[in-house]
Amino acid sequence: MEVILAIVIGALYAAGLYMMMRRSFVKLVIGLSLLGYASSLLIFTVNGVTRGQPPLVQEGMTQPVEPFADPLPQALILTAIVIGFGVQAFALVLFKRTYQSANTDDLDGIKSTEESGKVRSPEMT
Amino acid sequence: MFVAVLAGFAAALIVPWLHGRVGDRSGWLVALVPLGLTIYLGTQLNGIANGETVGATSEWVPSLGVDLAFHLDGLSLLFALIITSIGTLVIIYGGGYLKGDPLLGRFYAYILIFMGAMLGVVLANNLITLFVFWELTSISSYLLIGFKHDKADSRQSALQALLVTGSGGLALLGGLVLLGHVAGTNTISALAAQGNLIRDDGLYGAILILVLLGAFTKSAQFPFHFWLPGAMAAPTPVSAYLHSATMVKAGIYLLARLQPVLGGTDAWQIALTGVGAATMTMGAFIAWRQTDLKRILAYSTVSALGMLVLLLGMGTEYAVKAAITLLLAHSLYKGALFLVAGSLDHETGTRDVALMGGLWRKMPWTGTAALVVAASMAGIVPLFGFISKEVFYKAAYDAPDAAAVLTGLVVFSSVLLVAAAGLVSLKPFLGTTGRTPQSPHEAPLSMTLGPLLLAGLSVGFGIVPGPVTDYVVKGATQAALNDTSAKVELVLWPGINTVLLLSFLTIIAGLGVYAGRKPLQRRVGWLDAGERIGPARAYRALLDGMLWLADRQTRILQNGYLRVYLITIVTVTTGLVGYTLLAQTDLDGALRSPDVRVYELLIAGVILAATLAVTQAQSRLAAVAALGTVGYGIALLYILFGAPDLAMTQFAIETLTVLLFVLVIYRLPRFGRISSPVVRVRDATIAISAGAMMTLLVLIVTADPARTGLTSYFAENSVTEAKGRNIVNVILVDFRALDTLGEIVVLAVAAAGVYSLLKLRPDREIRNRVSAPRSTVEMNAVSEDRIEDHITELTP
Repeated sequence: MEVILAIVIGALYAAGLYMMMRRSFVKLVIGLSLLGYASSLLIFTVNGVTRGQPPLVQEGMTQPVEPFADPLPQALILTAIVIGFGVQAFALVLFKRTYQSANTDDLDGIKSTEESGKVRSPEMT
Repeated sequence: MFVAVLAGFAAALIVPWLHGRVGDRSGWLVALVPLGLTIYLGTQLNGIANGETVGATSEWVPSLGVDLAFHLDGLSLLFALIITSIGTLVIIYGGGYLKGDPLLGRFYAYILIFMGAMLGVVLANNLITLFVFWELTSISSYLLIGFKHDKADSRQSALQALLVTGSGGLALLGGLVLLGHVAGTNTISALAAQGNLIRDDGLYGAILILVLLGAFTKSAQFPFHFWLPGAMAAPTPVSAYLHSATMVKAGIYLLARLQPVLGGTDAWQIALTGVGAATMTMGAFIAWRQTDLKRILAYSTVSALGMLVLLLGMGTEYAVKAAITLLLAHSLYKGALFLVAGSLDHETGTRDVALMGGLWRKMPWTGTAALVVAASMAGIVPLFGFISKEVFYKAAYDAPDAAAVLTGLVVFSSVLLVAAAGLVSLKPFLGTTGRTPQSPHEAPLSMTLGPLLLAGLSVGFGIVPGPVTDYVVKGATQAALNDTSAKVELVLWPGINTVLLLSFLTIIAGLGVYAGRKPLQRRVGWLDAGERIGPARAYRALLDGMLWLADRQTRILQNGYLRVYLITIVTVTTGLVGYTLLAQTDLDGALRSPDVRVYELLIAGVILAATLAVTQAQSRLAAVAALGTVGYGIALLYILFGAPDLAMTQFAIETLTVLLFVLVIYRLPRFGRISSPVVRVRDATIAISAGAMMTLLVLIVTADPARTGLTSYFAENSVTEAKGRNIVNVILVDFRALDTLGEIVVLAVAAAGVYSLLKLRPDREIRNRVSAPRSTVEMNAVSEDRIEDHITELTP
């Protein structure tokens, strides 16, 4: 079953990196998202996975019944997902502001603040 | 002894303050430091002459055999005395020379640092200690050459000197480390006993080359000599001290010190004799054709340094004695001549000897000193320079190999140096009055004291050579030979012999060259072309080339395009990790038969399809929808593999993400394809390779999973210690609660960032909003105008 996860991880990394190499800002943010999924799944998978056995301790017992899924990567991924969301939200809003001043989604078009100022000046009149 | 070495550094800390308090005459006060050290060293003379040595050791990095160790023997004492005594005179002189200069306090500090460093070099008894002080002399030399830091050529010359001596220093470090490794000790005084072992070792060649590189760069040997004339940008007292009497002799010291360790082989002899003879001849040949006082002296110093290397290369007992004698004589007369040159510059406002003449009447003390020391330089009876030239000639005459060639070159160089000596003494002080920019008068006492004292010593050592031989030259020679039985005697008048005849011929020929210098200079003027393609040019080309390379590689590597950085990182990582995986791991386990269920395959298929859709989407909305599908697919995988908490979080976050994307980008035009198909194929190839590498990595790693001890710890203690049944939750809020707090802080910071970005309203935007509320139509017009065909149509 790790084989199928390995393929999904590979595909997600490939797609994420490909999107990050685009010139579009939005595609960069989407690429970052994909890379986040890929990394979460990687952490989830590398130590092996267990089908349908969440790391929960049954009532009346002090330890979970073997086999159970490894709780440690899950804790790490939970953190990663939430922080990833924070980064994504920030990147998106940053993009929105950039777009408003530079009027372009092309990363090559927003090289410096001076240039974006020049771009906007005719519009102000 | 520690006090002696560290006194200079300590004094350097307070002299700028002291100078501020005392004012113009501070030089006399500061000079008490080196004077005290001279007296201390003077008290050691008797003991050292009787073969005693003084040492002091303090552990520094004992595990690496690095000690702060000092050792005083005859050779160290000679150098140390030159350093402190000339240091005293130079500091007094500098006080007069730079009188009124706002940076005079700094000058004293630099000079004292240099003096401390130089004492460290000649007293060090540990190879690494020696290296540390060696580098300190390079650095203080850099500071002193660049003392007039507002002048571009000062800075350039300082940098050149630093780069040349610094790269030599690097080679030296390599050589010293190898030397310590082979000898099994870093203690210099213990090296001589290992001489045979080191000379027979396979690393001997490498050690020799590296050490010689260090010594030759420091002592301005051909082809590294060019930095020394450049270093004349320094104030003249600095030139007198560092670039004539002491620092440039550090290389000579090192060679003399290591002579018993590395010397005696053919390689040593050929390298030193060859380089020394070349430097001697070239320096002398350039010196007499200059008109700038300091350049004449600089090239004649280069020539003298060549003579010293040549003598050490011959390696016979007599040659080493000649080297020590010449070294002492040279420090006396050349130091004095530099000081005289400084006084002339100071009083007349020029350094061009062609403009000077008849100054003896105006500056009798300086003139007297100059004529005496120049006579010593020319080797005229009864000065110390005469004695040193006698022994030098005899050493060359009796050289073990190629005596005729060497004697010829030595005489040729000496003839030219006699002419150079005439140029810096006869020309300015005698003859008709020159046309100098300033009307000269005698220099103050602080500036005549040094030259006069050094001239006095040149006369005294010459007429009565006995004491200086017994107390200084003998001990130094024996230490350099590592042979306490070596017989060392100097006499003023050895009687009529071939060598004496050569001496007289030299003086007469030298005076002839001096008298006929103008036509002679014209005859050899075409040789100047050689200088233009010399090593100085190679240095500049090398430096420019390095800067060009740095500029180019920065442009390529730091080009400001995120995707290029990414491509570089990803390609390199994929290449290296992929190669390692394929070459060094067993792939059989990885390519095991998959244990897959249909619904897992289905979910995976959906994820893969959605991922492909993300990359190919023509509109943002479609891309975001596909991205959401990928996220939900992954959440399903989490459910299947026992991670309900992850799945719930993923569902929630995914929904929020999609909403956020739609809210932010809904009103923006859809994306076009900016890059060309070729670029897309290139990127896709790189990305897919990286993805394949990751797949392979996961396959290999999961073939042999290993549970950490942490997992069982959490499983056992979740209920008993933390009273929680959901282990993931317990880890987050209990075992690793601090991490979760950190996570919350990160989210809070991100939220603050988002909020402030949304609220940010630059002035012009507010005006813009008021005067022209944006419509999609307007935006489209602007977009088409600015971004041309990148944005093709508006999203609905």
